[in-house]
Amino acid sequence: MSEDSMIPGISTYRFPDRPYPFCPGCGHTLTLEHLNTALVKLQLDPHKVVLVTDIGCVGMSDQYFDVNAFHGLHGRAVTYATGIKLVNPDLRVIVLMGDGGIGIGGHHLLNAARRNIGITVLVFNNLIFGMTGGQHSVTTPHGATTSSTRFGNLERPLDICKTVAVNGASFVYRGAAFDKDLPDHIADAIETPGFALLDIWELCTAHYVPNNDFSKGALLQTIQNLGLASGILQRLDAPELARAYHEQFANNQLPITQPQSIEIKFDSALTKTTRIVLAGAAGGKVKSTASALALGGMYAGLWATQRDDYPVTVMTGYSVSEVILSREEILFMGIAKPDILAVLTPEGLAQVPRQLRAMDESQTVYVVPELTERIETRARKIAFDFSRAHPTKKSLALMATAAIVRHANLFPLDALREAISTGQSTDIAQENLKVVAASEFIL
Amino acid sequence: MRELLDGAEAITRGARAAGCNFFAGYPITPATPLLLRMLRDLPNLGGIGIQGEDEIASIGMCIGAAMTGAKAMTATSGPGISLYSENIGMAIMGEVPLVIVAVQRLGPATGGATTVAQGDVQFLRWCTSGGFPIIALCPSSIAECYSLTQHAFNLAEKFRTPVFIATDKEMMSAQQSVDTNTFEHIARVERALAPNHGEFVSYYTRKLADIPAFSPIGGAHLTRFTTSMHDETGMLTKKPSNVNRTSRHLYQKIVTHRDELEFVTRDMQDGATTLIVSYGITARSMWQAARDARSTGKRVSTLTIQSLWLTPEKSLCDAMRGVSRVIVPELNFGQYRLEIERVAYALDPRPDVIGVNRVDGELIEPEEITALIRE
Ligand SMILES: Cc1ncc(C[n+]2csc(CCOP(=O)(O)OP(=O)(O)O)c2C)c(N)n1
Ligand code: SF4
Repeated sequence: MSEDSMIPGISTYRFPDRPYPFCPGCGHTLTLEHLNTALVKLQLDPHKVVLVTDIGCVGMSDQYFDVNAFHGLHGRAVTYATGIKLVNPDLRVIVLMGDGGIGIGGHHLLNAARRNIGITVLVFNNLIFGMTGGQHSVTTPHGATTSSTRFGNLERPLDICKTVAVNGASFVYRGAAFDKDLPDHIADAIETPGFALLDIWELCTAHYVPNNDFSKGALLQTIQNLGLASGILQRLDAPELARAYHEQFANNQLPITQPQSIEIKFDSALTKTTRIVLAGAAGGKVKSTASALALGGMYAGLWATQRDDYPVTVMTGYSVSEVILSREEILFMGIAKPDILAVLTPEGLAQVPRQLRAMDESQTVYVVPELTERIETRARKIAFDFSRAHPTKKSLALMATAAIVRHANLFPLDALREAISTGQSTDIAQENLKVVAASEFIL
Repeated sequence: MRELLDGAEAITRGARAAGCNFFAGYPITPATPLLLRMLRDLPNLGGIGIQGEDEIASIGMCIGAAMTGAKAMTATSGPGISLYSENIGMAIMGEVPLVIVAVQRLGPATGGATTVAQGDVQFLRWCTSGGFPIIALCPSSIAECYSLTQHAFNLAEKFRTPVFIATDKEMMSAQQSVDTNTFEHIARVERALAPNHGEFVSYYTRKLADIPAFSPIGGAHLTRFTTSMHDETGMLTKKPSNVNRTSRHLYQKIVTHRDELEFVTRDMQDGATTLIVSYGITARSMWQAARDARSTGKRVSTLTIQSLWLTPEKSLCDAMRGVSRVIVPELNFGQYRLEIERVAYALDPRPDVIGVNRVDGELIEPEEITALIRE
């Protein structure tokens, strides 16, 4: 006799001395017994099984099974199950939730089906909220009486199966808690690698039955009347998400981004902390120019900070960047009174009236020619000269900044070139170095 | 090594250094840079990074992952914290180690997405139902983004509880030159695992304030996790003695360690009668104000708070003793000032507590603070 066959099989996954807490005749009892039968049939290692319960009467279910148990929030069971499965794809993650949970957490259900995450969802669909006192749910039939639809439900029920099926579920089944073959279908679902859902219709003997003169026969009739299909409704063979994730990155490691070390290669003549504002338009590379300016300062041995301000829109509106260069560590990063303000576009100008007002004679505003007249400030005004070099929308910020670096003697232009060459991809750096060269003609 | 870094990069590196191997999040300005960097890095390190369908799913996945043994982190801003709320409560109840980065932006609801603020300080403290303790760390420099992220993971592991990193738009996205050689590497605290052999009871603790040993879902033991009030086996209970024990356990396991949870930086000047207390981005205004004031011969002390919650009462008391005026700059209507006033109430003589507050999306100018510093 082989050793294997001597191991006694698991005859139940239930705690033997814990009777279910449900009302007499409650469908939950039947469905859980079917689940137990399915688990016994599969003989799964209890350590590899997780029951993730939602809220409601069904939410108590995990306490009756001697497997891993996770009891989560109303409607969110699928999210926990997803996290568990992603971390350990070998686990059999089984979600037990009511039609109430489907309603409040429907979004997660759609996405679990769409992602094809390998979990099994058993919907204990008793057409009503059991635990909170018989209110209608998303599956309550039209016309049904519940404590929240006393004059008959005006809403129409959700077809859970069709919903997940159309979104790519691997396995979809509809049946009733009375079905003798339900354990086989539950086992089938658990064995499915991808997302599996069983919509199991049940009686809530406390609420739905008395209020609607309901019975087993009426329940089966209702499924028919609603034109809902039963049995296995979908079976697809698509990649399961958790395994797909692990496989994608097991075979396809991307290089980790390496930190960029900035060695001091140049000297700066700068003695006092200098606050620089670049006021331009979105899409004008203001932010990347400001980064190059800050990095350039660092190559020249300075401390630097960069702060960006922009609206929530992406390719339109203003883009204002602030750079501080200093010999000492910069504590406060704000710039109420810039030493240098570059006004590049009308959008930028509209953002800096306070700075313009605050600036004095010791400070400088560099401005594109067409906006010179619109600048009111006590600061020195210097207009760029675009007669010999013609910046485009995309090169203006960098050309202006390079010209300012030289004109204000912030640090050697080679430090800015170094920042561009090391901080940007080769093609972009080549273009940008040409822009830096042209900057000589504009101031 | 000199680098130009923003807080998002430093927090990402801190998370990596702490052994974070699971991240789920939903895009929201100004927390998105963290989502993108974690999703960029984790798969390469054998971890998992995923974008959830919303914030509820994101934190839900993190909780499921954490209970399966992962070191999980998520990041969002105010609107997302609102959606996290119920799950944060569940993480407290179920004793889930989890790091949540809260990147503050301005105002209620959608507010000002790209605008700096510190309006969520009390919101983070009372972010979920029940009134249980919350731990929140708050960096004021890039180096602290790195070190406090590691501390946050360590505290989450040690206390099996969600830990916030409370930050803001500017700390997240402003770039600063830093010397990364000076960054602090914190020894990793690993989750205390139950031995593989012997009996395992999911929420058993010998003493009230002990932390239950952990066994991951799918590991050596069968585990029970629950969002509901439970006994030590993880089964639902209404029995007053059980309820009392679990409630007090969740409270005591953190509060009895309050001394270990005080993270502050003191910069005291002899004879100073003014103390400035601040945290996060406004601490930088405070530091500059102190530098400026001292350069003109004024005397002033500063206390930078890195652990907002629990309130570092002992450090606050020590720092406030003997000063006549406490200035509290904040980008809100004075939320943390309330805490400082509460602590100051125990002192005799009691210092005046004065706020410097802005809610216009601008930083507090150092001059707004220096104007209030007496000789
Ligand atoms: C966020 C939230 N809202 C509401 C509730 C209250 N609640 C508890 S059970 C339940 C309905 C449960 O119905 P169902 O999911 O169908 O399960 P059943 O009780 O029928 O088994 C509700 C709304 C809750 N626990 N959480
Ligand atoms: S209230 Fe309904 S769902 Fe709940 S146990 Fe009773 S019969 Fe079952």
